[in-house]
Amino acid sequence: MALRNIIGKRIGNGIGLVGRRSLSTATSDVENRNAKSMNLYSAINQALHLALETDPRAFVFGEDVSFGGVFRCTTGLADRFGKARVFNTPLCEQGIVGFGIGLAAMGNRAIAEIQFADYIYPAFDQIVNEAAKFRYRSGNQFNCGGLTIRAPYGAVGHGGHYHSQSPEAFFCHVPGIKVVIPRSPRQAKGLLLSCIRDPNPVVFFEPKWLYRLAVEEVPEHDYMLPLSKAEVIRQGSDITLVGWGAQLSIMEQACIEAEKDGISCELIDLKTLIPWDKETVEASVRKTGRVLISHEAPVTGGFGAEISASIVERCFLRLEAPVARVCGLDTPFPLVFEPFYMPSKNKVLDAIKATVNY
Amino acid sequence: MALSYLRSSSSRSVNLLKPLSSSLPLRRPISTDTTPITVETSVPFTSHQCDAPSRSVETNPKELLTFFRDMALMRRMEIAADSLYKAKFIRGFCHLYDGQEAVAVGMEAAITKKDCIITAYRDHCTFIGRGGTLLEVFAELMGRQAGCSKGKGGSMHFYKKDSNFYGGHGIVGAQVPLGCGLAFAQKYSKDETVTFALYGDGAANQGQLFEALNISALWDLPAILVCENNHYGMGTAEWRAAKSPAYYKRGDYVPGLKVDGMDALAVKQACKFAKEHALKNGPIILEMDTYRYHGHSMSDPGSTYRTRDEISGVRQERDPIERIRKLILSHDLATEEELKDIEKEVRKEVDDTITQAKESPMPEPSKLFTNVYAKGLGVESFGADRKEVRATLP
Repeated sequence: MALRNIIGKRIGNGIGLVGRRSLSTATSDVENRNAKSMNLYSAINQALHLALETDPRAFVFGEDVSFGGVFRCTTGLADRFGKARVFNTPLCEQGIVGFGIGLAAMGNRAIAEIQFADYIYPAFDQIVNEAAKFRYRSGNQFNCGGLTIRAPYGAVGHGGHYHSQSPEAFFCHVPGIKVVIPRSPRQAKGLLLSCIRDPNPVVFFEPKWLYRLAVEEVPEHDYMLPLSKAEVIRQGSDITLVGWGAQLSIMEQACIEAEKDGISCELIDLKTLIPWDKETVEASVRKTGRVLISHEAPVTGGFGAEISASIVERCFLRLEAPVARVCGLDTPFPLVFEPFYMPSKNKVLDAIKATVNY
Repeated sequence: MALSYLRSSSSRSVNLLKPLSSSLPLRRPISTDTTPITVETSVPFTSHQCDAPSRSVETNPKELLTFFRDMALMRRMEIAADSLYKAKFIRGFCHLYDGQEAVAVGMEAAITKKDCIITAYRDHCTFIGRGGTLLEVFAELMGRQAGCSKGKGGSMHFYKKDSNFYGGHGIVGAQVPLGCGLAFAQKYSKDETVTFALYGDGAANQGQLFEALNISALWDLPAILVCENNHYGMGTAEWRAAKSPAYYKRGDYVPGLKVDGMDALAVKQACKFAKEHALKNGPIILEMDTYRYHGHSMSDPGSTYRTRDEISGVRQERDPIERIRKLILSHDLATEEELKDIEKEVRKEVDDTITQAKESPMPEPSKLFTNVYAKGLGVESFGADRKEVRATLP
């Protein structure tokens, strides 16, 4: 489903919301039976319900999850599965993740929630040093594969320094964990179920701006979407755009505008950041010869840098133009300056044109 | 009417205020009388690993009236911030302190501006206590240039260097080890000052708090850790988050004191005691038993996890401003009319300041890049796609 049908207010009123099937394989990897219109937090809620239903050893915990969570992602879980499986933790991120690792090490599915990705840093040591290396250093005797850490990330319009960060790049630098970011409700449900059932520790970042804003037809049954498989959500021939999460809707806007100028853009949703699907991106770049990466996190050292370096390494002779990165600026996420900081549609459009006309 | 009577009598021959030699004129509502008065705190102090200070607090009319005015100002300011937020002049996050004013005001009465205070994000009133102006508060809340952090910080990031107010921190608990660092610097420079590191009952369960306690105790730092226990960490009641909600005892080997945080005089006494203790014996924990009327932030109605009866009960029984009002009236330091006038004056001051703050402009776009690194260094990018970069490197 085209993203712009999903996202309402964020884009603005200029775009008519016309139903249009994209050429992606999205509709074919999941059967559409019993699909219901719902938003991102409801889709995630459904995924959690299914996860706890199908695995009696699955637990959900974090700050304020019991009443439903500050974003309503955990509504109804405590009532349905009991306080022994869905419970609140005190305010201690390091403790929450460490505790989750231990729980997972005993063979359980520990689904930990960090209330905002900005607060994940006290748990950074636990994730990097404990979770990521557990299997490796114990010679496969132990692992914490059952651990999934969910955190809302990204700008929300007024979040300021500590409610808007995109810390995915820090975690992409750690072999041993997976980082997954969904772009829409349907994707989120399938990806989250895959993450929970994946035998590796996963950090799942949810774009908080889309919690209510993104509405999509989501099948009610239990389905999983494959990890480490990028998806081409819009076919094109002139330039490849790579992104993830909420940024994709911005990029799609730019693609549509660029189409008016005769530029055919191919848009890829990476979905899993590590380990990332190099083949799909590479195949696309071999087709178009140009690539643009966009993310909200600051440009220096962002995950776009890794994609750029890999593509240049593998497709150097095929490239017609330098790899473009349209990302957040190298400043702390600002308060009043948020509109300047964000990689907006116009910035992406400008970069598309500059790259194509190189 | 009594008011016009006061205004017109320049000789002040008729005295409505018995112990004072000067009456209370409208334009200068704070009395200058410093005759000592002794007042008992509402409840005795409970202590852990130390001797509790006496329940009798020395104060004077000037101080009491200052307390009243300051707390009325803080209360009015917070309520005005509530309206501004709903009118979308303030965006982002806004954590209001109304109900807890006694802690800010009582603390200031016991210390100097050379002592350091560091707190979390519920910092508007602490900033005022440290000498910040209303204009700086409202301008910063609205993200304008006249704000104390030049509009770049917002509600959670108020700072005032010249009165040693170290802010204003968003991440829960992160300010406590910072406070211990401040205390170390103070001890090193031997200037007989202390640091008050404030945190909430939610933050009391953060690991870094215990790291900070251990460090301060190990090195005898003049650090006073103040737990502003308003009994709810966002929506979580203290007994659901902490095995031991006796936060003043959590320091184990660090002494602690439990204080009625709604009684400004008790707060003053405790802080005075704590300062003396910290300078001689190292860290001490103060648990201020207080209450916030608003929810955690403006997006929290504050009534889903506690009953309205509870909130109104506290407002009736323990409101800090009412307590001081009763004290002033019972000691005949001012009349009800005069106190109401102070409140009216405060209200007008707040309204005028808001108008003024609204006129302050937003920060210049180029300020987006300033102060990322020390002055003059760093990167500035230009152009529609911000591709042109100018880097100033050392």
